[in-house]
Amino acid sequence: MKIDVKKVANLARIAVPEERLETLGQELEAIVGFVEQLSEVNTDGVEPMTSVVAMTQRLREDIVTDGDKAEQILANAPDRVSDFFAVPKVVE
Amino acid sequence: MSDLLNLSLTDVVSKLKNKEVSSAELTEASIQAIETSDNGAFITETPELAMQMAKAADVRLAKDDIGLIEGVPIGVKDLFNTKDVRTTCGSSILGNFVPPYESTVTQNLRDQGGVFLGKLNMDEFAMGSANLNPTFGPVKNPWIGKDGKSLVPGGSSGGSAASVASNQVFGATGTDTGGSIRQPAAFCGITGLKPTYGRCSRFGIIAFASSLDQAGPMARTVADNALLLQAMASYDPKDSTSVDEPVPDYSSQLGYSIKGKKIGIPAEYVADGMSEEIHALWQQGRVWLESAGAEIVEISLPHTKYALPCYYIIAPAEASSNLSRYDGVRYGVRVDPAADSDDKLHDMYRASRAAGFGDEVQRRIMIGAYVLSAGFYDAYYNQARKVRTLIARDFENVFAAGVDAILTPTTPSAAFAIGEQPSDPVQMYLNDVFTVPTSMAGLPGISIPSGLSADGKPLGLQLIGKPFQEGNLMNIAQKVEEAAAFPYLGV
Amino acid sequence: MPTTILGADGVEWEIIIGMEVHAQVISNSKLFSGASTAFGSAPNHNVSLIDAAMPGMLPVLNEECVRQAVRTGLGLKAQINKYSIFDRKNYFYADLPQGYQISQLYHPIVGEGSLTIELADGSTKEIGIERLHLEQDAGKSIHDQDPDRSFIDLNRTGVALMEIVSKPDIRGPEEAAAYMSKLRTILRYLGTCDGNMQEGSMRADVNVSVRKVGEIDYRTRTETKNMNSLKFIQQAILAEAQRQITIYEDGGTVDQETRLFNPDTGLGRSMRSKEEAHDYRYFPDPDLLPLQLSDEFVSDLEANLPELPDAKQARFQRDLSLSLYDAGQLVMEREKANFFEQVVAQGVPAKPAANWVLGDYSAGLKERESEWGAGSVDAISLSGLVRLVLDDTISNRAAKDVLAEMWETGKEAELIVDEKGLRQVSDTGALEKIIDSLVSSNPDQVEKAKENPKLIGWFVGQVMKESGGKANPGLVNKLLSARLS
Ligand SMILES: [Mg+2]
Ligand SMILES: [Zn+2]
Repeated sequence: MKIDVKKVANLARIAVPEERLETLGQELEAIVGFVEQLSEVNTDGVEPMTSVVAMTQRLREDIVTDGDKAEQILANAPDRVSDFFAVPKVVE
Repeated sequence: MSDLLNLSLTDVVSKLKNKEVSSAELTEASIQAIETSDNGAFITETPELAMQMAKAADVRLAKDDIGLIEGVPIGVKDLFNTKDVRTTCGSSILGNFVPPYESTVTQNLRDQGGVFLGKLNMDEFAMGSANLNPTFGPVKNPWIGKDGKSLVPGGSSGGSAASVASNQVFGATGTDTGGSIRQPAAFCGITGLKPTYGRCSRFGIIAFASSLDQAGPMARTVADNALLLQAMASYDPKDSTSVDEPVPDYSSQLGYSIKGKKIGIPAEYVADGMSEEIHALWQQGRVWLESAGAEIVEISLPHTKYALPCYYIIAPAEASSNLSRYDGVRYGVRVDPAADSDDKLHDMYRASRAAGFGDEVQRRIMIGAYVLSAGFYDAYYNQARKVRTLIARDFENVFAAGVDAILTPTTPSAAFAIGEQPSDPVQMYLNDVFTVPTSMAGLPGISIPSGLSADGKPLGLQLIGKPFQEGNLMNIAQKVEEAAAFPYLGV
Repeated sequence: MPTTILGADGVEWEIIIGMEVHAQVISNSKLFSGASTAFGSAPNHNVSLIDAAMPGMLPVLNEECVRQAVRTGLGLKAQINKYSIFDRKNYFYADLPQGYQISQLYHPIVGEGSLTIELADGSTKEIGIERLHLEQDAGKSIHDQDPDRSFIDLNRTGVALMEIVSKPDIRGPEEAAAYMSKLRTILRYLGTCDGNMQEGSMRADVNVSVRKVGEIDYRTRTETKNMNSLKFIQQAILAEAQRQITIYEDGGTVDQETRLFNPDTGLGRSMRSKEEAHDYRYFPDPDLLPLQLSDEFVSDLEANLPELPDAKQARFQRDLSLSLYDAGQLVMEREKANFFEQVVAQGVPAKPAANWVLGDYSAGLKERESEWGAGSVDAISLSGLVRLVLDDTISNRAAKDVLAEMWETGKEAELIVDEKGLRQVSDTGALEKIIDSLVSSNPDQVEKAKENPKLIGWFVGQVMKESGGKANPGLVNKLLSARLS
């Protein structure tokens, strides 16, 4: 199993220095090699697990119970301008 | 003063109740023990908050208006968000994060009178089994092998285990995704319980793998765990996976005979490379339970060997998505993109996440992204979900056949020395081989300190129970505890 | 407008369209948080810790959003899936705090259904609905405030959307616009989406492909994203179809890609650079459990569904003998149809009621940018006016002026008629008098009119003038015809 490390790193949005690509690739391949043994399990007719507790989704009443806390929302922001988060310019 | 700290949580609760000691006294002792220690168990110490909470607890104690753990110094793993107290999840990406909110579990503990001494060290994002945290330093196991080398406390709740084992606090919160409560409890010679998935709310706990993460107590004894779990657990409408079941009085479920209880011994847990002494301990545990009146039955959990690979697909997949929010926009580390970048936003993400996440976290995010990516989803992720169904079914079958609990070792080996941990990630993962199947099935599991290795390191036995039967499980665990008479440090 | 385009070499190309419409669900709070969905609040004001994806926050599903999706499904005659699952769609973007959108890929809440569109020639056509699922809206990026930075407002983040996906049954721009209009009408009837396209409450991604008439297989399609005007949707379809035909004619191949339409240039452009990196890695959201609806949950909603436009139109034709056209016009908006029914309920016959509602009243409403039932003239007042026309108290002509006055003053028709003395003269004797004097003073005209009955109109006009416009024109006509024949 050969992993395209650049592609995976891009999906994960993690910069990987060029010199680390090869060893990282080996590490990832070792892990994937380990998990690959699952393919030998016969799972014909087995339902994939959707939740480990036998429960279905609860529903919340449609009332406004939250909001009006811009200060809390923005308190940890690395960059803010008035009540906006600021990010490097996005080119559409 | 340190004598006070050597009490068990249960004992200290009654001493506080009887006003033989004040919370302020205990808390001061605890603060001092933490300050004078170099075990690295805490990422953030909160002595002032602790004294405040202790004084408030003393006021309530005076009025006999008391919670389950009123006035007891405890520690909180640093992935439970605590209002206005830095919460890092052991990661430099959240190095300065101060949440304006409180997790449900810690709120419950506050409501029950717990006194918070600080935020406990852990493997970054709860990914790891050694607690060698590169950002906040390694945690030292208070036990030392006969060769005198410092040992890892296990992980990811390594700070919690080490702090409790070294009598800095009477109990601590942990979280367990694949063994992160039970393995460090075993390594540090304390008791740790992973409850049934859905028993403790996940609201406010920084997520690693949502379908597996479960908070639980870590304390010296089984009875301590019972009390602490009762204080932590609740049904929480803010967590869709929280189960609407009343929280029983666990302490009152202890001390019963286990005569006639069926204890399963799974054939598949005889792992390659299991040390002779672990195997012997397991046999010993079997004898202990048998002498206590239990019936031992050989059982089979045929998909056991697939639990670990299954876990290493599901947990990284969920983690890769859960950790996408650490993007340098709303909180956490931001690293600016290069000036000549032609995609500054995405380069900011790449740079921030490369700088903010450690190697193991980066690896798991990438594994997760890989197994979910186009063309691989069915072969890896969906297959893992199917195998997970089979793993859970193995346990269901055994319980349906009348087994009350399952006895296994907690870990395949004792704690290793700091610096001597396997460098190969996959070798490292094998630490969790006995704890992961329980996690995959969402079942409660408890590690009880049960003996020492030939070179003087703690060893744990694990008991696995039926869903939401933590009380019965702890009642059985107490028989192991009584028989083992473990030599706790400082006692 | 065409469903086909004639190529350069005389080959006829069919335009094949599938639409993905994002419709904002009407609810008080967001899909997974208790923050308000209100429009136009201060930045980051309607944001909960969940919407901002603070560490440790968890989603809890809003019951009303589920109901709205099921109502919409029922309105689209669609399969309601009592078991559905929320998935995460993973991608990074500044206005997507979680790094994933919670959506439903594998098990949507609503399956196949259909919708009938009406075309300009009066024909109708059934368009298949593939599915409807619930998902979260993203926040807003503001790019024009700072030279180096974009600003992010999360107020929209987490508001519930229904993504409604059609089958590729739509042919050409007219059908696409008719589909969008009809869908909007149905959503508004159901009260599940306000349909306000300018504010972005309804946006369409349009999948376009072309094939030679007679070909059976579909060719490669492209997806033009995020359009919120019927006009632009039609322009974009034509431009894209033409572009694809030109490529085929030049011997090229069309790439499956995502495109953006620029209304200023009338041209689309590829977003391919972004597309390459996208691999959404959908998987079931482990913070949520499978959504299981009871039979009762669905049947309760079904029982309380309002009458939908198609049923209403049929009823208007059947029970009120309205024409297809009038009935169709009336049901286009639920409020318009309700207003019409209120007028009819006052005893006004359906046909004149429809004429007034669709004609002068609609015009007046539009002029005043007022909404149905909200203006100064309500259904009861309009009924009063129409009744005065029907019983010949005032003329049609006068009634138009009275209506204008009613809009201005809010007074009832009868009062205005009295104040202004507009009652028609239907007194035969009085009218005969006027006619007598006209006939005697215009002998030449009388002769001519006797030869050419069309000239009678001149006399009618004179009588109306003499009566100060109050004469009943019908009666005048009758009297003059008798006299001048
Ligand atoms: Mg789309
Ligand atoms: Zn969508």
